[in-house]
Amino acid sequence: MSLTNRSKVVSNKKFSFLESLYLPAIFHGMFITLSHLFKKKTTVRYPEVKRPFSPVYRGLHVLKRDDEGRERCTACGLCAVACPAEAITMVAGERQPGEEKLYREEKYAKVYEINMLRCIFCGFCEEACPKEAIFLTDRLVPSQTEREDFIFGKDKLVEPVDQRVDVSKRQSQKVLDFKKDKNQRHNS
Amino acid sequence: MLFLVYKLTLITVILLVSLGIAMYATLLERKFAGFLQDRYGPDRAGKWGLLQPLADGGKLFFKEEYMPNTADKFLYILGPCLTMLVALLTSAVIPWGPPLVIGGVEYTLQVANLNVGVLYVFAIASMGVWGIMIGGWASNNKYSLMGAIRASSQMISYELAMGLSIAALIMMMGSVSLNEIVAQQQGWHWNVIYQPIGFLIFFICALAETNRHPFDLPECETELIGGYHTEYSSMKLGFYLFAEYINMFVSSAVLATLYFGGYHFPFIGRLGLSPNVAAILGMVILFAKIIGFILLFMWIRWTLPRFRYDQLMRLGWKILLPLALLNLAVTGIFILLKG
Repeated sequence: MSLTNRSKVVSNKKFSFLESLYLPAIFHGMFITLSHLFKKKTTVRYPEVKRPFSPVYRGLHVLKRDDEGRERCTACGLCAVACPAEAITMVAGERQPGEEKLYREEKYAKVYEINMLRCIFCGFCEEACPKEAIFLTDRLVPSQTEREDFIFGKDKLVEPVDQRVDVSKRQSQKVLDFKKDKNQRHNS
Repeated sequence: MLFLVYKLTLITVILLVSLGIAMYATLLERKFAGFLQDRYGPDRAGKWGLLQPLADGGKLFFKEEYMPNTADKFLYILGPCLTMLVALLTSAVIPWGPPLVIGGVEYTLQVANLNVGVLYVFAIASMGVWGIMIGGWASNNKYSLMGAIRASSQMISYELAMGLSIAALIMMMGSVSLNEIVAQQQGWHWNVIYQPIGFLIFFICALAETNRHPFDLPECETELIGGYHTEYSSMKLGFYLFAEYINMFVSSAVLATLYFGGYHFPFIGRLGLSPNVAAILGMVILFAKIIGFILLFMWIRWTLPRFRYDQLMRLGWKILLPLALLNLAVTGIFILLKG
């Protein structure tokens, strides 16, 4: 009985004279390598050419603002709880009068840090977020030479008002419906 | 005086050309390997990576100079120097082209027209193992020593067959002067047509002598972590690696000279070119042949796996040596019957 049809019968037959010369086999091998000389190369010349990312690629995080440019995050800490790598830390702060243009709700994250060396880019923070504030994007985390530089604070995570980060690929209708589904425990 | 200037110029030019070709052979090798493996190879330093050899050289110069404290200092430094020297010596007797005539004076494009040119090439080629042997011994490292021992026994095994294949050639040519051998191969009379077996044996032995794949057992990255040059760093390592490419260039030149008509090409005499133009064309043809051989060396390297050591010895002593003897005997009988 065979589980796959890939099994091969091993043969110990003696080489014929031509085979024992090895030369035909060598020429055959050289022909194979020669044919690769003209094949299409698989190299992607990186800085000039970039490979297309999957629409659900999970890269560098972004803290979104709402349509009026106010930060969405309310520092509830659900993302930090959900994070299996314990990469997220935050300090909550109270919104002062006059800051209504900056923060959407009365509570906001004074400090929000993600340690990119700890992060495993699982996307649980995004799933946990009830305020649609954090998303993983198709941007890459840039390389650094110091460990400290991998701790990304709000200066790097919050999207600038004039340079919005597009996360529409991650907010498909299915995802939005799922997030509003009252039957799911996390929405109740 | 003029003679001295001309010889010095020739020596300098040949030295620079062989260094230049060896330098770009490293790039060619990497490019070729890349293309055979569906990659592009280095293409970042300059257009098509043309500055890559310079970058490599610069990098090697700036590497830390490391010497094991148990090494024999004098021999440790002598090893790479000797390898480089020996690699460069052979090019002295190769006729690079037909003589140039400038102002009524004939300039041969050969540094030394030795009447025992073939023997000289052979003697120098067998010296090549000295640098490896000394370097491997002086490193005081078991892997290095192993590589060096492998190199020397490989040399001995393959030199016999190589010598015998050349002996058959010399019997046919009736001369050991490289100039004479090239002159006799005018037109279609390339030696490879009359000595195909001899050529095959010589070619295989040339691969073994230059420590190229599939006979690179002295180096053997996977088994001996670099073999004889394990303990070398910086430009000393560079010398070893670079000497391999010079060796490859020189053996290609010897192969082209001995078996592929040197600077001759069929029908060139019929074009009615002036002697100087013909001489330069001949030189170009010789270099084209050399580069062809270098490409063949590389093509083989990136196709065949390395020999096991006992297979290497079996091939050398049990197959190539009897074959070379047979070739010698058959050539002798033919010569006897003909003349």
